[in-house]
Amino acid sequence: MAEMNLIGALNNAIRLEMRRNPSTVVMGEDIAKLGGVFRVTTGLLDEFGPERVIDTPLSEGGIIGTAIGLALYGVRPIVEIQFSDFIYPGYDQIVNELAKYRYRSGGQYSCPLVIRTPSGGGIKGGHYHSQSPESYFIHTPGLKVVMPSDPYDAKGLFLSSVRDADPVIFFEPKRIYRAAKGDVPEEDYTIPLGEAKVRRAGDQVTLLTYGAMVVESLEAAEQANQQGIEVEVVDLRTLLPLDIEAVLSSVKKTGRAVIVHEAPKTCGFGAELSALIMEKAFPYLEAPVTRVTGFDTPFPYALEHDYLPSPARILKGIDYVMHY
Amino acid sequence: MTIEAPPSDLDLSGEAYALASEEILFLYEMMTLVRRLDERMLGLQRQGRIGFYGACTGQEAAVIGSAFALKKKDWVFPGLREGAAMLLRGFPLSLYLCQIFGNEGDLLKGRQMPCHYSDRSVNQVSWGSCVGTQIPQAAGAAWGMKFGKELSHESRESPIVMCYFGEGATSEADFHVGANFAGVFNLPVVFFCQNNQWSISVSRDRQTASPTIAQKALAYGFPGVQMDGNDIFEVYRVTRAAVERARRGNPTLLEALTYRMGAHTSSDDPRLYRDPQEAEEWAKRDPISMCRKRLESQGIWSQKEQDSLETRISDQISRALRKAEGRPSPPGKTLFQDVFAEMPWHLREQMALLEGTDNACV
Repeated sequence: MAEMNLIGALNNAIRLEMRRNPSTVVMGEDIAKLGGVFRVTTGLLDEFGPERVIDTPLSEGGIIGTAIGLALYGVRPIVEIQFSDFIYPGYDQIVNELAKYRYRSGGQYSCPLVIRTPSGGGIKGGHYHSQSPESYFIHTPGLKVVMPSDPYDAKGLFLSSVRDADPVIFFEPKRIYRAAKGDVPEEDYTIPLGEAKVRRAGDQVTLLTYGAMVVESLEAAEQANQQGIEVEVVDLRTLLPLDIEAVLSSVKKTGRAVIVHEAPKTCGFGAELSALIMEKAFPYLEAPVTRVTGFDTPFPYALEHDYLPSPARILKGIDYVMHY
Repeated sequence: MTIEAPPSDLDLSGEAYALASEEILFLYEMMTLVRRLDERMLGLQRQGRIGFYGACTGQEAAVIGSAFALKKKDWVFPGLREGAAMLLRGFPLSLYLCQIFGNEGDLLKGRQMPCHYSDRSVNQVSWGSCVGTQIPQAAGAAWGMKFGKELSHESRESPIVMCYFGEGATSEADFHVGANFAGVFNLPVVFFCQNNQWSISVSRDRQTASPTIAQKALAYGFPGVQMDGNDIFEVYRVTRAAVERARRGNPTLLEALTYRMGAHTSSDDPRLYRDPQEAEEWAKRDPISMCRKRLESQGIWSQKEQDSLETRISDQISRALRKAEGRPSPPGKTLFQDVFAEMPWHLREQMALLEGTDNACV
């Protein structure tokens, strides 16, 4: 065990996988000599050399397009897209190609690879270093989508992702890259994709959340507790495939669900969660499923803390479902 | 033929890659098969027996001549008109037709429109219709081959990638991206541009102000060669030189000057946008007629052989059609297979809904 932050845990996980599987390569912009703009890949170049730790031309479409070809041929690319805001030049390659190879070839070809990309706001990054694009990818059949919220999970989920048979979009909540700290075993372990984790138990309200919003939700739950409200916080961890059983068992217990995410409200993942709860747990509900999310505006610069769900806004959501 | 890049290790002399008589006859027969197959399929489309078709009429030399320069272990990233490369490389015609019908015999499980063929047995990779996406992927697979060689420290000759696309694709970002990666990382790939003068209704002049497509290679640091795409002997010779260069670990861009003699696809009508006289001019340079003239001048072909070939091909297509047509659609549950390696709960639920085995789902 060692105390690590998210960056250290991810670096450790990538290193272990590269040692284990010689077909693994890491590729992206500024990831080799610099170690990535957030330093997640620090030191990998020294250990694994330039054939396996590759500074690419500045071309997200090229990184993802060539990674697909590498994966088709049997190499295991770990791709870094420097900010998830920059992923769109590669969007066609992800949505029309990466996600569909297995299907359209009748199962003859597949391209298992991981695209790691920092996402979310709260770092004074403005419009182009803060967005949360997970819904675009969850909406695309053929992709798995993961977002950890602490170092232990980040390592275990990453090691599952990089060994999965299918492509995984691995969102890293950059706001808590360094703030999230915890004990992480130095040896190899995995956390299965598709399993949520109850971060705090409670029986009156369920908060469904992921990524950096887990931290805000836990703070809101603590404050609610001081008001005598017992809030359960479910960290989804994998968004697709979703741990529907964990969602339903918590909501059936509490009868109240508040969904918290940074991404804009309209067609955000909260809309899907809300619809699933309505379809599968309607008789258990004491109040309408409620969403506390980013607003339907472009991500702002000066007013980002007005935009982002805060413990105070989450408490309002809790209050609403408690007094409906 | 114009070399658009500084002298390289491309051997275009023509001496090294001479074809034997039986090889020439084989290529001629393949081109004729492709022509007749396209005619039959367009006929089936007009009769409503298949939904869609994209012929390679006029481009047979470019497809067959270039694919013949490959070895079995090499990979092909095709565009719309290179399905016949699979036939050349041994894929059975009846299975090919099952793909066109999208029926239960289709190895792709009816998931793609006609002419989006692929099969692992011939290393032909699945194609997506969004133009140009295969180009960076081809560079990536070539990178994988290079990486594999480095990893295994093998001295045996490694495979290479052949990547096909039209001149319209060179306007897409993916062309530049793929070529750039191939140049920067020096990848074993041949980029084969079928410049057939038309991208549906838009002429080649509207795609680029470059005098040639081939010269674009210069900007990415590797040679580009423009060739007569209707002369199968030139296509083979130049492609073979580029393939050998790829085997030595280097990329090349080839531009085959050719002509789409028919419509873009069965859904298109070229009378709306191009002068019929243009097609008549190009018909004088029909790649199959050009090859036949050469065979006749060598005294190895006459009307007698032609008649016999036509009968053989017609029977071959009819036999394959009888095997392929009329088979049922793929079973309903295959709709949900291969989205992921293992089916997640939400797809299992939706499959049960389609099959009517779970009335509880909405």
